[in-house]
Amino acid sequence: MTGGALVVGASQAGVQLAVSLRRAGYRGPVTLVGAENHPPYQRPPLSKAFLTGKADATTLHLRTPEFYREHGIDLVTGERVTHLEVDADGAGRARTAGGRTLPFDRLALATGARPRRLEVPGAHLDGVLHLRDLDSATRLRQRLTAGATLVVVGGGFIGLETAAVASALGAKVTVVEAAGRAMSRVVAPAVSAFFQEAHARRGVEVRLGAAVAEFLGGQGRITGVALADGTVLPAETVVVGIGVVPRTDLATDLDLACDGGVLVDACGRTSRPSIVAAGDCVAAPHPTRPGQRIRLESVPAAIAQARAAGATLAGQPQPNQEVPWFWSDQFDLKLQMAGLTDGYDRHVLRGDPGDERFSVLYYRSGSFVAIHSVNAPADYVAGRAALARGASIPPEPAADPTRSLRSLITPTAAVPAAQ
Amino acid sequence: MPRVTFLGPSGVARAVEARTGDSLMAVAVRNGIPGIVGECGGNASCATCHVYVDDAFQSRVGPPNDVEEDLLDLGVSDRRESSRLACQIALTEELDGLVVHTADERL
Repeated sequence: MTGGALVVGASQAGVQLAVSLRRAGYRGPVTLVGAENHPPYQRPPLSKAFLTGKADATTLHLRTPEFYREHGIDLVTGERVTHLEVDADGAGRARTAGGRTLPFDRLALATGARPRRLEVPGAHLDGVLHLRDLDSATRLRQRLTAGATLVVVGGGFIGLETAAVASALGAKVTVVEAAGRAMSRVVAPAVSAFFQEAHARRGVEVRLGAAVAEFLGGQGRITGVALADGTVLPAETVVVGIGVVPRTDLATDLDLACDGGVLVDACGRTSRPSIVAAGDCVAAPHPTRPGQRIRLESVPAAIAQARAAGATLAGQPQPNQEVPWFWSDQFDLKLQMAGLTDGYDRHVLRGDPGDERFSVLYYRSGSFVAIHSVNAPADYVAGRAALARGASIPPEPAADPTRSLRSLITPTAAVPAAQ
Repeated sequence: MPRVTFLGPSGVARAVEARTGDSLMAVAVRNGIPGIVGECGGNASCATCHVYVDDAFQSRVGPPNDVEEDLLDLGVSDRRESSRLACQIALTEELDGLVVHTADERL
């Protein structure tokens, strides 16, 4: 067959996959097909600069039209792939909702994730929004005017970033989080507490341990949010930011192994090794916990995975070895994170959260595994460099903010575990 | 519309048009300049937009800021006097004709 390579999903991972195929020397046709009606764009600014109005849609584009042309990448937008047929050699054809047929002889999946819905009465009322793509961000932006009343459901990154932007634009904002603290899946309690207080200081009301019972409306439009304890919060707009669900439908149809995402190895190969996958739709090997898989949901992970998968699809398998890293901007607070905190058994606070400038270092079984820095980029950079080198930073001296973290990087991997 | 030229390690030159106010990183990424990734979108978090500013432009472009210093020191493989992060360089009419050299070409 002469169908070339088909990349399903035209966002950060899909674009990088197509680019990495070319960079690895693949010379056949490359088709990049995406469901949205926009050329591929950056998503992180949708809850940050784009939402404030500082960036317009054209500044979000990942590549120019000329780039795709020059690199022989046939970009197909506005076409959702609904069906895939793949033969034993990995060749086949895709059919789209718009009726197009796209043949291929190698296939990559970068189908991403969809926002998790909150299944409560009133979830379909006008004014209940999710923030995931450019269209939803544009709709939300129009509603974030001074004096608007916004309830954000979910105290994770998307929820808190949205709350920060809305509040800065003059909206009255309440964040409703079901867990006992914000960003609880990722950060230490000290970091949660800091962000809860920082939001409160800037006028955002944060309600913890609060479950949504119902969205209330009149004439089809949202008017308020009823909590399980009976409280009713008035709302003209609701943003639901309670995480995402990987889009694994196509992978499941192909009988690819999925478990909280399409399972891939470090080179991006699925359970049918001729098919690769990358980005928010995959569960990839955990970088430091052998045998475990993790879905990372971040731009850096999407790029690193897609680089590996693209090279693999071009016939040059290449494992992804990047240390995971993330960032979140909330008001003037820059949270930078490197490494993964899951399973940490010790953490060290460096600096005073009261100064709005501090870091937390995380350790597991004596190994340095992650750092979170707030307005302390030098700490973050040092921590990330240590993790990338497989080095450590001993906890006791790290707690002293007058000592430079980079001077404490030590090649020995282990430090004593907490007693 | 300032014009910028990117020179690759193998000597390949690529001249592109920028909009005033664009960051050098954004211009490079949109045009797919090899070696400039800009993973963090200009957040000074990643050091994947490392460039060397051509000698003739160093005084006009200026030195790295503090955060950038740390990223360059710890985050790039071949730091030099002329190293900058492209995301921290805002393009102005004054920088029309800017020439920068790109570093290694990561896939």
